[in-house]
Amino acid sequence: MSFQGRHVCHIADMTVADVDRVLDAAERLLPAARGERTLEAAKGKILATLFFEPSTRTRLSFESAMHRLGGNVISVAEPGSTSATKGETLADTIRMVSSYGDVVVLRHPREGAARLASRYSRVPVINAGDGAGQHPTQTLTDLFTIRKAKGEIRPNTVTIAGDLKYGRTVHSLAQALAMYGAEMVFVAPESLQVPADMRQHLDAMGARYRLASTLEEVVGETDVLYMTRIQKERFPDLDEYRKVAGVFRVTPSLLAEGKKGIVVLHPLPRVGEIDPAVDDTPAAKYFEQAAYGVPVRMALLAEILGLKGVA
Amino acid sequence: MQELKVQPIRNGTVIDHITAGRAVAVMRILGLPRPGSTSTITAAMNVPSSRGRKDILKIEDRELDANEVNKIALIAPNATINIVREYEVSRKEHVQLPEKVSGLVKCPNPNCVTNHEPVRTQFLVVARDPVKLRCGYCDREVADVADHVA
Repeated sequence: MSFQGRHVCHIADMTVADVDRVLDAAERLLPAARGERTLEAAKGKILATLFFEPSTRTRLSFESAMHRLGGNVISVAEPGSTSATKGETLADTIRMVSSYGDVVVLRHPREGAARLASRYSRVPVINAGDGAGQHPTQTLTDLFTIRKAKGEIRPNTVTIAGDLKYGRTVHSLAQALAMYGAEMVFVAPESLQVPADMRQHLDAMGARYRLASTLEEVVGETDVLYMTRIQKERFPDLDEYRKVAGVFRVTPSLLAEGKKGIVVLHPLPRVGEIDPAVDDTPAAKYFEQAAYGVPVRMALLAEILGLKGVA
Repeated sequence: MQELKVQPIRNGTVIDHITAGRAVAVMRILGLPRPGSTSTITAAMNVPSSRGRKDILKIEDRELDANEVNKIALIAPNATINIVREYEVSRKEHVQLPEKVSGLVKCPNPNCVTNHEPVRTQFLVVARDPVKLRCGYCDREVADVADHVA
């Protein structure tokens, strides 16, 4: 089913067939994403980005994707420069912005902000991260990277490590992996493990997962090691942050104990979870992962905007 | 014949079959007693019945509206509402929990957008007895509904 005109606020807004369709299109769009082919499919279309929180990769890759499709981008450069600082409600901001573009990309510090925006927007809303909630386009990029590295998604054991409580990329990814039936291992200090709500939801989906507390005990059975940053900005108490920061670190010697063919992903930025010495090993896929953000977002925009002859 | 422990009321509402122990919570979400009101309110708790123990609440001189009945459904899903006029039950209805609950409950997630923007909350009912809700914005599940009724 085409999802022209649909909002993407949550990974559950998409079926496995939808995701496969985007990933297949992203594969075909790789040359255009690298600038080897020029497209004009989105000529005359405008992407409006609205980032109430800082972002480097997500915003740049969305903007690059729209430009690569031949479309235009309008942006609010600084979160502090929007009318929200004057007390405007998110609903009013979205009503206004959605009349200036054909699709809105929103990042916001509050959980559920994208869903709220979708209820007031005249055009499709794409969630580019809402608090500790969801980050579905990062998940599409993660799935694409797993598929590129491993051929398929389902038969892998994916170990997700770091901040599993506040990390929104984790929440989207775990649900998507459950949809595909992949096996998961969650490695985190107890205070940052997957929240109970999320576990109940995964249980209801019939997800296959287990919890662990060290990377060493699971690296031998891991096909994909997905590292995340412990996010200082999400800790109300800095003492709590200091207790858990730097607990997990991927090094060449850890990977030497790992399963044959293990690959390492990270949504970036990293602050010490991955030793730079890993960068030059065949396991390191995180920079490719960041690059895949462009073809994946091109594919998603093309689907949502109903662009013809793109891939 | 069983001894009558609670006096009948002339006009008002009798809420029967409240989940045992929830009468006080029902009073709280209905805002009872109303400031300045002199109406008599009678609460009977842990009353034996054919379906186990229950609470009963009698509110004189007040007929509940639909919004209030919905609120009761959130914390006492088996309750019945009896509207009494001149000592006779003029209307009797079971509370009915709708599939979606709008505006009656506050999301317990402090970072949910509904706690920061002027928007009506929306919850999906994911379980009915006991009631469990899921926020339609942030997905947070609410099991202790009585603590979060707005």
